[in-house]
Amino acid sequence: MAVIGAGPAGFYTAYRVQSKLPDAKIDMYEALPVPYGLVRFGVAPDHPEVKNCQDKFAEVALHPNFTYVGNCPIGDTPGSLPLPLLASHYDALVLSYGASKDRKLNVPGEDTLGGIYSARDFVGWYNGLPEHRDLNPDLQADEGAVVIGHGNVALDVARMLLCPVERLTRTDITEYALEALARSRVRRVRVVGRRGPMQAAFTIKELRELFTLPNVSFHPIPSSLLPPPESISAFPRAQKRILQMLHQHSSASSLPSSSTNPTTSKSWSLDFLLSPTAFFSLPTNSTCLSSIEFRCTTLSGPDPYSPTCPVSPTTETMTFPTSLAFKSIGYLSLPLPGASSLGIPFNPKLGLIPNEGGRVVIPVETGPPDFVETGTIRVPGVYVSGWVKRGPTGVIASTMYDAFETGDAVIEDWVGGGEGSGGKSVEFMEFGGAGTGEERRGWEAMEGIAKERGIRRVSWEEWRKIEEAEKQRGKRGGKEREKFARVEEMLGVLE
Amino acid sequence: MTITSSPYSWSARRTIIPPSPSIRHAPSLSSIPSTRTFSSSATLFHGHITPPKPGEGLKVTFIDKSNEPHTFEVSAGDNLLDIAQANDLDVEGACGGSAACSTCHVIVADRDMYDKIPEPDDDENDMLDLAFGLTETSRLGCQVKMTKELDGLVVKLPSMTRNLQSSDFSKK
Repeated sequence: MAVIGAGPAGFYTAYRVQSKLPDAKIDMYEALPVPYGLVRFGVAPDHPEVKNCQDKFAEVALHPNFTYVGNCPIGDTPGSLPLPLLASHYDALVLSYGASKDRKLNVPGEDTLGGIYSARDFVGWYNGLPEHRDLNPDLQADEGAVVIGHGNVALDVARMLLCPVERLTRTDITEYALEALARSRVRRVRVVGRRGPMQAAFTIKELRELFTLPNVSFHPIPSSLLPPPESISAFPRAQKRILQMLHQHSSASSLPSSSTNPTTSKSWSLDFLLSPTAFFSLPTNSTCLSSIEFRCTTLSGPDPYSPTCPVSPTTETMTFPTSLAFKSIGYLSLPLPGASSLGIPFNPKLGLIPNEGGRVVIPVETGPPDFVETGTIRVPGVYVSGWVKRGPTGVIASTMYDAFETGDAVIEDWVGGGEGSGGKSVEFMEFGGAGTGEERRGWEAMEGIAKERGIRRVSWEEWRKIEEAEKQRGKRGGKEREKFARVEEMLGVLE
Repeated sequence: MTITSSPYSWSARRTIIPPSPSIRHAPSLSSIPSTRTFSSSATLFHGHITPPKPGEGLKVTFIDKSNEPHTFEVSAGDNLLDIAQANDLDVEGACGGSAACSTCHVIVADRDMYDKIPEPDDDENDMLDLAFGLTETSRLGCQVKMTKELDGLVVKLPSMTRNLQSSDFSKK
């Protein structure tokens, strides 16, 4: 079984298959030399407990039938491995490569003005993702920053901009990001969302962390936007607890605290019912952001407190002056090069590979035009897990269950009709190349091809050497580790 | 969406399967023996359990996802996640028992017993908010330590997933 992507989805799928099929040979391909995906590059530096799942992944990787193939991108260009070639040496393929891009706002100025950053890029930058090593966000551009989006990533960005830098000095945040944050002028952060408080995607833990930042106050939410206090107890538990927290920090009669202390130098707000329509610059400096215009929206469904209530635009607009903006409206997956030639479909609107419980399928329509029926065609031997399976939302735990579902599907398909049936009852991959009856040999067969294509594969032991070097560098600065943020530096440890 | 043909494509004569509410009827996965081994290397073990002194053991019962009860004698101070994992039950603790996820979610079977456990703090409650199948007597296993008062505790391991249907990816 080949797993594409060494993040939590790939590892939890491998873990599940290993636990029931210990003889299964699993090869995991990862574009970077280092594994762990968003656990390494997405989880905030001040959330180290969330990264404990890496211990489980390391256990999976040390299984005798597991082979880690790092620094090996999948693609058609020199220096990468073509997917169809890879598929011909495996029985099963699990695509768990996640979401490598952002959703776009598609508004004027988005791509042309300086000072606008994608939250994904910013998070990657402070977490040492090589792709964003040189992002160089100008945190001195303004005292006020705007974060567009109401998910946990948006709150992570706000928290990193407002938290005392001393809190980060012993974490695994990259040194260059720490220095930039120490020099940051940002004092005021607006976290702006298109809908209302009841539709926001953030969760309470991240909200609580912002509310408890020392010397950072919160601008109260207008009471008209929140359900009346008496009605809160009727809401489902998670919403109720968030509402209680928002009310507590928005009420004028709350006890004096940093929440209502006007003398704190830093503050943040949650701004609702605003949809960005354009990024503007000044005539005197047309390359830099100077303000963002928003269309005011209104909740337009029957129940304004329902999490799925839609909004519609009004005629009013609002403009916030700022030279520093972060777009946090969601990640986006892309199709893997070579996948379509294997008959693997992709849904660009949802940014995922169509599947049923992790088994990749092609949705088709059949029948005469006046009686179209939809059905699916199974793509044998090909599976998906993680964000490329269900879309780019959810925490590590959701990905774990999702990956277990896919792993169970692989096991079920391989084991077939139960005891005594003698093997698989469904087909797996039988792409051309290997002769009939020849056993698939996976990485054993790929190794030579990879070398020929100029790929310098990184093994698990070599990753451990890189990790050890990061920890040693960290020790010198009193940090958990000092990540290498360039592939050349990672490989440099191995020479 | 077009179906591309290529030297690698499989047979185009494959039958089209209409969407059905339940995906295939599967052999029970629990009939496949699990080979999960218990590993005791220090880095993997975020808590150890202590074998009880004779006569001082406390009883705790886990009802697994197939409704099978498993009863163990444990020491006071051991938490439910560590106990379950030390005994090879199918419970995950993705964050290593630090109340930073909800994978060790358990449901206390008896209301009175639930009330005897010290109340969850904010961290635990925040994680419970996200747990699948949350009930009035849900707790994070890693935060519940066995005590004399909890002797005889019974907890249920919730089933974690729902079957995704083909219609799920055409929504939105």
